[in-house]
Amino acid sequence: MAETPETDREGAGSRGSDAAMNASELEAWFVREVLPLEAALTHFLRHSWRNQSDIADLRQDVYAQVCEAAKKRTPDPVKPFVFAVARNLVINRVRRERVIPIEAVADPDALGVAMDMPGPDRNVIARDELLRLRAAIDRLPPRCREAVIMARLEGLTGRAIAARMGVSESAVSHHVENGMRAIADMLYGEDLKS
Amino acid sequence: MSHADDMMHSESIEARAAHWLRKSELGDWREEDDAALNAWLGESMNHAVAYWRLKAAWKRAERITAIQSAVEAKAAPQPRRPYWPFFLGAAASIAAAILIVIGLPLLQSKQDVQSYATEVGGHETVTFSDGTRIELNTDTAVRARMTTVERVVWLDKGEAYFQVKHDAAHPLKVFVAGHRVTDLGTEFLVRDDANYLEVALLKGRARIENVKVPKSAQPATLAPGDVALATTDAMSVTKMDTRDLQSQLGWRRGVLVFNHTTLGDAVTELNRYNRQKLVVADPAAARLQINGTFPAGNAELFGRVAEVVLKLHVENRGGEIVISR
Repeated sequence: MAETPETDREGAGSRGSDAAMNASELEAWFVREVLPLEAALTHFLRHSWRNQSDIADLRQDVYAQVCEAAKKRTPDPVKPFVFAVARNLVINRVRRERVIPIEAVADPDALGVAMDMPGPDRNVIARDELLRLRAAIDRLPPRCREAVIMARLEGLTGRAIAARMGVSESAVSHHVENGMRAIADMLYGEDLKS
Repeated sequence: MSHADDMMHSESIEARAAHWLRKSELGDWREEDDAALNAWLGESMNHAVAYWRLKAAWKRAERITAIQSAVEAKAAPQPRRPYWPFFLGAAASIAAAILIVIGLPLLQSKQDVQSYATEVGGHETVTFSDGTRIELNTDTAVRARMTTVERVVWLDKGEAYFQVKHDAAHPLKVFVAGHRVTDLGTEFLVRDDANYLEVALLKGRARIENVKVPKSAQPATLAPGDVALATTDAMSVTKMDTRDLQSQLGWRRGVLVFNHTTLGDAVTELNRYNRQKLVVADPAAARLQINGTFPAGNAELFGRVAEVVLKLHVENRGGEIVISR
């Protein structure tokens, strides 16, 4: 794992709680505080990095570094810290790979990623949660959607779904796993695979 | 793990995370998987965040199904034969005025007996040293004596799911409501309702017999998919399809699954998990049918679905949530 960025150098000025979190607290914190930032974070990374096929890798690394840091000391506020980590990660990769990023690392503020307000993403998600969920399900490929609905709605096992769809269990696994990934992309951020 | 390894691999890490999540969600989980998943999660924070992210999204997806399916149920008011209402109806008709007598526990020595219980809304898994696992649903009490000589469990109230490590020399026996269930290599569900005892077999074989009134019903040997319904003096065995069995086990994942269930029956089921009780004040509303998967223990969400989707009047009066037209 790479070093945790020095956020103060980036001017994020994090205050934090020193209480260490255990794994399930960390998971809950990550889901509650960090995941809702995904759309804004993805937007930021897209503007800061030329090769769009690296975005998912960068994003996962941001999450991993943020959580490594949070394990020792919970950052507060969370949002500036996440973007400071993202910015440092991009800068480090630029140095290492000697590539020139788009706009030499976008300024989060210039992209409308407000640091002192709850992101619009969070409010929008709360308000439009059900619409968003429904749209996500509707956008799955038909066979994938069928398998996901049987799994999620009816709680069927892989074997039962396979029997109903008339396909192998491994085909069902494939559909459901793809569905899980697509739903996460659509619920939390932009659809990276489109 | 080096930084370079972390890079470039989010795709395969996410695929692996989806693999684990699918296994745990679709009933493809073996005992050794717990350790394997934990080892994988511990290997790298990248693994953990990928898994948490998919899991959180999958959990959120649960809400759409509740809404969507309730809409479908309303659009199709004449379903195929409803399963639960049939069961509950049948049980009610034979169960009237029958007193359930519980087990034989008082005759047993108190030595080595451990007690386990859950409160309303609770859900606990007890794992014994022989590898046998018992999952307790809401408002459930069991006692167990698991020794090298014998393995005996008393289900005093509620519902429990048994995954028994088979040992032919020491079959596990469950005493419940005057019956004895003997494992013959098994996973089974036992539910002691106010009106009847239900034993559903998922894997292996088990035997159920009435020990209180032995002549009243023949002992039955259950095969997978068999569901025995018993009262103090009667027993019937029905075949149930795996889908319905899995639906009934939704509580193991924290959800309740309804298939063309009437609102009245759904509320009865939901109230097993809630301190804040739902009340259907209107008989016509109670007959509406719903479909869907609902988180157990969330009366408020259910009320909201009733309000938005079924267009019913829902009033939260603090102690209870009253649903009417």
